[in-house]
Amino acid sequence: MKRKYTIFIAMMALLQLAGCANLGVQPWERDLLAKDEMALDSEGVDIGLDDHIYFSKEATSGGRSFAGGGCGCN
Amino acid sequence: MQLKQNNNVSAILAAASCALLGTPVQAQDKGDEWQFDTAILYYGETDRVQLVEGVFNANKDFGDEHYFNGKLVIDTLTGASASGAVAQSGVQTFTRPSGNDSYTVEGGETPLDDTFRDTRVQASGQWTQPLAENYRISAGLQASKEYDYLSIVGNGSLDMDLNQKNTTLSAGVSYAFDSIDPVGGRPVDFSSMVIDNGQFDSTEAYQQAFDATRLQGSEQKDTIDLLFGVTQVINRRMLMQFNYSLSMSDGYHNDPYKVLSIVDQQGLTQDIVHESRPTERTKHSVYWQTKYALDQGVMDFSYRFATDDWEIDSHTIDTRFRYNLSETSYIQPHIRYYQQNEAEFYNPFLSQGTPLPEHASADYRLGKMTAITLGLKYGMQLENGNELAFRLEYYQQTPENAGFEQPGTLADEDLYPALKAVIAQVSYSF
Repeated sequence: MKRKYTIFIAMMALLQLAGCANLGVQPWERDLLAKDEMALDSEGVDIGLDDHIYFSKEATSGGRSFAGGGCGCN
Repeated sequence: MQLKQNNNVSAILAAASCALLGTPVQAQDKGDEWQFDTAILYYGETDRVQLVEGVFNANKDFGDEHYFNGKLVIDTLTGASASGAVAQSGVQTFTRPSGNDSYTVEGGETPLDDTFRDTRVQASGQWTQPLAENYRISAGLQASKEYDYLSIVGNGSLDMDLNQKNTTLSAGVSYAFDSIDPVGGRPVDFSSMVIDNGQFDSTEAYQQAFDATRLQGSEQKDTIDLLFGVTQVINRRMLMQFNYSLSMSDGYHNDPYKVLSIVDQQGLTQDIVHESRPTERTKHSVYWQTKYALDQGVMDFSYRFATDDWEIDSHTIDTRFRYNLSETSYIQPHIRYYQQNEAEFYNPFLSQGTPLPEHASADYRLGKMTAITLGLKYGMQLENGNELAFRLEYYQQTPENAGFEQPGTLADEDLYPALKAVIAQVSYSF
C-alpha cells in the first residue's frame, strides 16, 4: 500500500514539473495574481489559529508548512 | 541627516505621483511601514475545553525584498478533556494528575479531567531576503512556553524562481526541541492509577504508592521536518502549490494525562492504567493548494494526504470562497472536511486477562474519526484603510468505532461521543 502511495506521489510531482515549462504568464499579466487575496498565505493569521486548533484535536498536522514542535495542548 | 532629507523628497515625489495617478498615498507608503495584523479568537467546546487566543503579527518590508515577520501569540485554556477512561453505569473515582485530589464521574458519562488550566505564550521571528538573482533565503525562530511544556523551533528555507518567476521551487528544514515536565511527574507506562478509596493507612502510604507510578524530571522530543515545494502560476487567474513534507520525531510522545480502562468480560472497569506510545514517529504528507481569481473574488482549495508509521492516514479538504460584496467588503464561506483512521496502537479500552500490548492509547485524537468545519467570515475595509473582519465557525468531530467489540454492560455506553465546538474571531489589520 505504502509503495502505491510513493509511486502516486512521484508521478504527481513529475507531471507537475513536466507541465511547468508551458505554464505561466508574462509579467504584465500579473494584475489578478498580484492582489493581496491571491497570495497563498493571505489568511496567515486565521491559518495560524486554525492550525493550533486542529493540531490539538486531530492526529495530523503540517503539510502547508512545517509540522514540528508545538505545545502540550489538549 | 542627508538620508532623512532624501526620504522626505522621495515621499513628496511619491505623494505627488500618487495624486496624479489618483491612487491613495497610504497604499504606496505601506511598503515602508509596519503592517500589523491582530486577532482574538474564542474556541469553545460543549462542556469541555474553552480557549481564548490573541495574536499580534507584525510585518515590515525593508526594501529590496528584505522582509521581517514577528508574531506574538498568547492563549489561555480552561475546561475538561476526555481522559481516555470508558464510561461505566456506576460512579467512577479518579485521581487528578497532580495526585493531590480526586474527582468523580457519574454513571453513563464520559470521564473528563476538568483540571486543565494553562496559559501559553509563543513568540516567533522570521527574516526573508534575496540570496542571489532568483534565489531567496528565509530563517526563523519560534519559542512557545506553557506551565508544563516548552518548545523551541528553528527553520531555514531556500526558494528558487524559474521561468520568469512563474515557477518557484522551495526546500526547507526545521528542527524542534520540545521539553515536557508534567504536573505530578511523568507516569510510568501502563502503571495503574493510584486511587485513594480508604485502603491506605496514612497519607504517607498513599503518597508512596502514588510516587511509585511517577518519574520526576522533564522529558524531551526532537523533531526534524523537511519540506519540498513547487509553486506554479498556471495562467492569469490560477496559482498552484504542491508540497511534500517529511517529519521525524524522536523522544517522549505520550500524553501524560491520558489513561486507559482495563475492563473484564462483563464490561466492568477493573483498573485504570497510564498510556504508552512509541518513542518515534515518521510522517509523510503531500499538500496541494489552488487559488483561482474570479471577477468577484477568490476560490481557494486545498487537499492534504498524510500517512505515518503509527499507521494513521488522513485526508483533509479545505476550501474558502471569497466573494467581494463591494470594493471594500467581502464574505467568505469556509468548508473543511477531515478524516483519519486510528493509530495502530489505539485501543478504546484494554481487556483483562489478555497480555498488555507493546503500546496503547485511548486518546480519542488517535482514533478513527471524521470532522467537519463550516464557517463564514465577513471583512470590510474602513475609511482609514484598515481592515476589520469577523469569523464564526462550527467544528464537529465524529469519532467512529474502528471495530472494537464492547463486552457486557460496556455495550450500553457511548464510547465515541461527538465533540462540538464554536469558533469566533475578530481581526483588525492596520
